[in-house]
Amino acid sequence: MTPEPFRRKDLLSIRELSAGEILFLLDQTDSFREVNERDIKKVPALRGKTVVNLFFEASTRTRASFEIAGKRLSADVINLSATTSSTQKGETLRDTARNIEAMATDVLVVRHSASGAAHYLGRELRCSVVNAGDGCHEHPTQALLDLYTIREHKKDFQGLNVSIVGDIAHSRVARSDIAGLLKLGASVTICGPSPMLPAEAGCLGARVTTRVEEAIEGADVLIALRIQLERGAGANFPGNREYATTYGITRKRLKSAKRELLIMHPGPINRGVEMSPDVADGPFSVILEQVEYGVASRMAILYLLAGRKADEPAPSPPRLEEQAPEPAPLRRTEDALAR
Amino acid sequence: MEREELGPDQVRRTLRRLAHEIVEQTGDLGPLALVGVRTRGVHLARRLARDIQALSGSLPPVGALDVTLYRDDLDREASARAKLQRTDLPFSCADREIVLVDDVLYTGRTTRAALAALVNFGRPRRVRLAVMADRGGRELPVRADFVGKNLSVRPGAEVKVLLEEIDGRDALVVRAKATAPGTPSRGPAPEDSP
Repeated sequence: MTPEPFRRKDLLSIRELSAGEILFLLDQTDSFREVNERDIKKVPALRGKTVVNLFFEASTRTRASFEIAGKRLSADVINLSATTSSTQKGETLRDTARNIEAMATDVLVVRHSASGAAHYLGRELRCSVVNAGDGCHEHPTQALLDLYTIREHKKDFQGLNVSIVGDIAHSRVARSDIAGLLKLGASVTICGPSPMLPAEAGCLGARVTTRVEEAIEGADVLIALRIQLERGAGANFPGNREYATTYGITRKRLKSAKRELLIMHPGPINRGVEMSPDVADGPFSVILEQVEYGVASRMAILYLLAGRKADEPAPSPPRLEEQAPEPAPLRRTEDALAR
Repeated sequence: MEREELGPDQVRRTLRRLAHEIVEQTGDLGPLALVGVRTRGVHLARRLARDIQALSGSLPPVGALDVTLYRDDLDREASARAKLQRTDLPFSCADREIVLVDDVLYTGRTTRAALAALVNFGRPRRVRLAVMADRGGRELPVRADFVGKNLSVRPGAEVKVLLEEIDGRDALVVRAKATAPGTPSRGPAPEDSP
């Protein structure tokens, strides 16, 4: 597998990327990490470019990470959140986004509770769109920083065993991670109580288990996930204490683990539920490293997308296989009206 | 369509001469540091440092600069193709006598970007520029303080410094630009330029 150039208009999902494109993005991340280690953590690469963070869901890490990434590249970064935006007044997602684009925005970073929201905007807008999480679908930049962190410690993905434990069904991080890991040659095990395993578990290409011991044994990397109560996990959720007893990652459970097992978590952590504090803060935890590399990883993405010439045609139209295509003539009329 | 301007021995001799000039015109060698511009400039800087050590007994520190993020021509095609490399300056530039090292001086844009990058690592006492070849064609008011070889070549031609570390041999060559298929060639090939 060799890196191949990333020439897309948008970053919408990991699933649509080739292994070569992923490797290229990981390689680029390296040099941006160096910028973050400097005294003066700023380069002029994106001077005069505008990045808008449009977040319809709560976020601390991802939004701050994109904002810092944009600012360290000298882009102008504007943050909009749903609670203060005109969606409160009944404006549609499409109208909000097109208005932001009309202000000559170069990159729109969007988080939305609806799966496919970023793909929809990617199709509707001429500016670049970055998916910062869409419903239960994908969170590609989280996967890129996870993959980068794993590569930093394990060097190679071939033959690597990665286990993801928790609420897989509602996790966009899991879907992006699984897609990326499999493309790069790792083996993936997903684990959780059966109501939290996705209906399509079998088609994801990962080994599935409901026993956490099986997920820990033989794993090189363990990614724990939070229970996504806000996305409807509550219906079948027995309660924090029972979950912690049966699935929580504790030091005791890790006794049977490999010595160099890497402990990861995309955050936010519910301490004492999916992971005990001594594991989260333990010697093999790289949770804060993930956050650190996230900034560099997003710098790499913004740099590549914002460098695109405005008149450059989008090489590959964004697509979401599950979604029925809209009738083409109608869209053309809409475009004509928009101009 | 390749003309060799300098052969392996001449490249090495030229580097030794440049090292001489740097030592001669620096005075106190204590604060001297060489900063190579990725990729070939770094190898040239390392060799210059060794030559300076052979002359003066002191080995100046060598840093490496990737100026891509400082360029004024953010080029998506180039950034999608070229892998960014790490900037690696194992010293502070504050109060240093910096010699920037690059392989070929052409428009001056790389040098401008390198200067913009450099000042982020401290305020150097002085910055000078050493290049293996100066081919003219400046688009910015930039000049080199130490020049291996002055060349006069047509805009279309490519001036290339080959180095053992990367290319397996040392040489300075001028290549006539390959004509893209379908585009008519304009005038004679540049190999007969003065």
